[in-house]
Amino acid sequence: MSILILAEHNNDEVKASTLNTISAASKLGKQIEVLVIGNNIEKISKEIANYQYVTKVLSLDDQNYENAIAEKIDPAILSIAENYSHIFAPATTFGKNVMPRVAVKLDVAQISDVINIESEDTFIRPIYAGNALATVKSNDTKKVITIRPTSFDVIPKEGGSGVVEAINFESSENHTEFVDREESNSDRPELSTARIVVSGGRGLQSADNFKLISDIADKLNAAIGASRAAVDAGYVSNDYQVGQTGKVVVPDLYIAVGISGAIQHLAGMKESKIIVAINKDEEAPIFNVADYGLSADLFEALPQLSSELDKLNSIEK
Amino acid sequence: MKILVTVKRVIDYNVQVRVKADNSGVEKENVKMSMNPPDENAVEEALRIKEAGKADEIIILSVGEDKCQETIRTALAMGADRGIMIKANDDIEPLSVSKIVAKIVEIEQPGLILMGKQAIDDDSNQTAQMTSALINWPQATFASKIEIEENAAIVTREIDEGLERIKVKIPFIASCDLRLNEPRYASLPNIMKAKKKPIDIKSAEELGIDVKPRLENIKISEPPTRQKGVMVADVAELVQKLKYEAKVI
Amino acid sequence: MEIQRESMEYDVVIVGAGPAGLATSIKLKQVNPELNVCILEKGSEVGAHILSGNVFETRALDELIPDWKEKKAPIKTKVKKEKFLFLGKKNFFSWPTWMLPSVQKNHNNYIISLANLCRWLAAQAEDLGVEIFPGFAASKIIYDDNNSIIGVQTGDMGIDKDGNSKDSFEPGLNILAKVTVFSEGCRGHLGKEVIKKYNLDINKSPQQYGIGFKEIWEISDKEHNEGMVMHTAGWPLDNSTYGGSFCYHAEKNQVFIGYVIGLDYQNPHLSPYDEFQRFKTHPVIAKILKDGKRISYGARALIEGGFQSLPTMHMPGALIVGCDAGTLNMPKIKGSHTAMKSGMIAAETINEHIKANKPLSEYENRFQKSWVYKELYTARNVKPSFQWSLIPAIIFTGIDQIIFRGYLPFTLKHSHADHESLIPAHKAKKISYPKYDGKLTFDKTSSVYLTGTNHEADQPVHLKLKDPDLPINYTLNEFDEPAQRYCPAGVYEVDRTNQNDPKFVINAQNCIHCKTCDIKEPSQNITWVTPEGAGGPNYANM
Repeated sequence: MSILILAEHNNDEVKASTLNTISAASKLGKQIEVLVIGNNIEKISKEIANYQYVTKVLSLDDQNYENAIAEKIDPAILSIAENYSHIFAPATTFGKNVMPRVAVKLDVAQISDVINIESEDTFIRPIYAGNALATVKSNDTKKVITIRPTSFDVIPKEGGSGVVEAINFESSENHTEFVDREESNSDRPELSTARIVVSGGRGLQSADNFKLISDIADKLNAAIGASRAAVDAGYVSNDYQVGQTGKVVVPDLYIAVGISGAIQHLAGMKESKIIVAINKDEEAPIFNVADYGLSADLFEALPQLSSELDKLNSIEK
Repeated sequence: MKILVTVKRVIDYNVQVRVKADNSGVEKENVKMSMNPPDENAVEEALRIKEAGKADEIIILSVGEDKCQETIRTALAMGADRGIMIKANDDIEPLSVSKIVAKIVEIEQPGLILMGKQAIDDDSNQTAQMTSALINWPQATFASKIEIEENAAIVTREIDEGLERIKVKIPFIASCDLRLNEPRYASLPNIMKAKKKPIDIKSAEELGIDVKPRLENIKISEPPTRQKGVMVADVAELVQKLKYEAKVI
Repeated sequence: MEIQRESMEYDVVIVGAGPAGLATSIKLKQVNPELNVCILEKGSEVGAHILSGNVFETRALDELIPDWKEKKAPIKTKVKKEKFLFLGKKNFFSWPTWMLPSVQKNHNNYIISLANLCRWLAAQAEDLGVEIFPGFAASKIIYDDNNSIIGVQTGDMGIDKDGNSKDSFEPGLNILAKVTVFSEGCRGHLGKEVIKKYNLDINKSPQQYGIGFKEIWEISDKEHNEGMVMHTAGWPLDNSTYGGSFCYHAEKNQVFIGYVIGLDYQNPHLSPYDEFQRFKTHPVIAKILKDGKRISYGARALIEGGFQSLPTMHMPGALIVGCDAGTLNMPKIKGSHTAMKSGMIAAETINEHIKANKPLSEYENRFQKSWVYKELYTARNVKPSFQWSLIPAIIFTGIDQIIFRGYLPFTLKHSHADHESLIPAHKAKKISYPKYDGKLTFDKTSSVYLTGTNHEADQPVHLKLKDPDLPINYTLNEFDEPAQRYCPAGVYEVDRTNQNDPKFVINAQNCIHCKTCDIKEPSQNITWVTPEGAGGPNYANM
């Protein structure tokens, strides 16, 4: 049997998390079909059909599905679930909202937030906020799984030759109504989900100097983070704090500037895919976890980084 | 209206969790245990709704081994009215917990269920959604604001993209985010009072619920430690590496 | 703003659920089950703030709960073998155990986790009806108009860092009692207050303290030897610094390894933490730990003054017991049994006081008739002899302890308080400590991480500076601000990011409640007060 993937999108664009999830599913070497539920999704359904590994796109296109209301989505999945051995969705607030409903109605245990796939029935997932990894084997006939997007590469958006098949499903659910959505300031991604995070520590020396960080963050479309020392010193508010008592982030790229790397801070970012450390002190513990370390005065390095990024952008344009 | 609040006893969030040398689990012996943090937000929200005159009884439900009574007592000391403890193994899966909650809903007929959005031990983030599907009540997950109206509520949800507001009919189930409120402290007199509040103890078998696990823990291991990478000479080299080697910018 | 506070009344309120406080409560309920007894404990749970070696002598427990074995007390590993080593930098000399004074022999003792023993004692106390309130710090003493103690006030909860009440504000309440017992452990902040207020230490030698570190390691089968107790003196300390190590092989392939350094050390460049870290690199120790893994870390000040420094332990309305007063037996390196016994004596005194109106000063007579007194008396000359440096002290101790068994006809005095001992930084030899290797030795922050310590971030700093400018204006110049080094948790930093304007930073959230700063700060400029209840370390098996 093949794998069904629930696509995450906003009717207009496919979210990258869908590409990561397809990539995770591809590890099992089975046929992959993608279910797209939304309103006016012809364009994105076609787009997904071209993705690598995708053999078929099932498109449920109805104004009833304009906003992703979980109670409306799970019955649609269940209506076709019998054809699949595995049902995958990204472990984002979208996927987390829907998939447990699917699992319970199939009477199977869901495996959440999978970061590695060992075999058809065995998966690795973080527990205790990533302080331990559990290897779990599912004895259920169907596997309902959410995938941690940052743990899998994105697949190429071409190379597939899937077909789009429209499906119909009438949802009777009317207990929940969508009111509105306030997407956070799109110039600045959310710290907890950003692909790139630029964080500053006490080395910045003042709240004013944090604009050196925001300048770099602007150029990389990154979120801004901070160490506890920077928060304690009053440079930024504690919404920005990354670490044990702040936010845990797992971006593709984490740039730590003027942060020594107290273990409480490391606890909040050590799962990042690539870590860059810029610090004057060559002995700073942050360098022990950094993929790329630069021992330099940040007041010289950041303006240089800014102009290097400009150069890069102008080449691309 | 009755409010049912579920609470879980977990390793305290300040404790550095340690994987056992034989990979069978994490060390729990003599480790400080506490109420799962977002469950505290759920209890607090229930208290505020009751204090606003919109509910008249708060029932605390916990599923687990004997000691989870302490966690129920904590919630009672915060101000909840009575407790229900369902005996089961501490590693009971969300699937089974949701079936237990559904059964208690049948017995107690609450008008609102509040849960923490996720337990900080197994990080599953499933029980509220599963319960909602089982009892066919609307769900409002990751709630950071709950406004109770006549027959419905407006719930603000913390989603990856920002905030979303939905309107759900009562009865409904919400899973609470840490940003929902600031939980109160239990005062000493209230701790004393809580000792006298009733806790009804039953087992999952008595409720007729099969709690056999579906997942097998093959092993619990430590996450790999990060290796030290390379030092670059200057900013230009750094940007080159990020662009062409790591391919992250 | 005057806060309306509720009150609760008890016969006895006990401050601190350590061995002394718990033994007091158990004995009280044994002699009179009708007494209403409560214990306030600032830790998040009983045991969370307990750290000790510990080789346990059961004498007091045998008297208190004779059937402790049947009741499954966590006392299992009997001491089987003992070693005492003098360490040189690379070598060592093993002192024959038959030449050790009898107080340092441990064959009837057990290797235990004191935190776990306290958890068990708490369960025994609760079974007897004692009410224990973890997470509630006694922050203030309540006096009546006659300057008698009538109870304590628990700390306010939910105050922000500027002192304003938050949404979650919960006022502390008054716990009123016929008798208050202070059993906060070494350098309790209320104990310190009453000793001063009632001049309890008049005509006594200045109190002496040490800082003790402990790590728990899980080691290889090959190196593990359950029941083995090893102590060392010598390297890495120089001959004028008092201290030594312990290494106890407990159950489950664990060793409890630790280091104690007298806080009367003189060199402000000395870092007790780093002495402990480098001690582990000695070949004898490194071999034990080589394939092991560190699983816990913690530190706590301990009280070493003994007999000469022991204050009067009663005052109007209250008693002070255990290490809060200073009942530790230094040559024995043990304080748990004496702390417990001092609490049991307190319980008997209190019962007579409540029942028959006998004065609390009866405590002194009972104490002097007890075996604790005899123990402390005979041990009294060991610690002060170390003022003469290591070798003369050892020779003297041999004569005092082995030949005269502690009954020499004179008592040596402690010459000064620990905060007076530092010499100016420019006159002291700089010490360069080796880099941490991440295998045997670790930086402070990763160590602190293992303590599980935390404090609600938005609350007033609980480490108060009498003069906020003194650290930079005086202490930095004179002593190179030793707080950076004596604090085992990295609470104090001198932030030099702006070189012309160094700042003294207090990372109060890191504090592990060891009290060293309150003791050692040369101008006594730092005062440790209770943070919001439940703050502080969360030790598991210490």
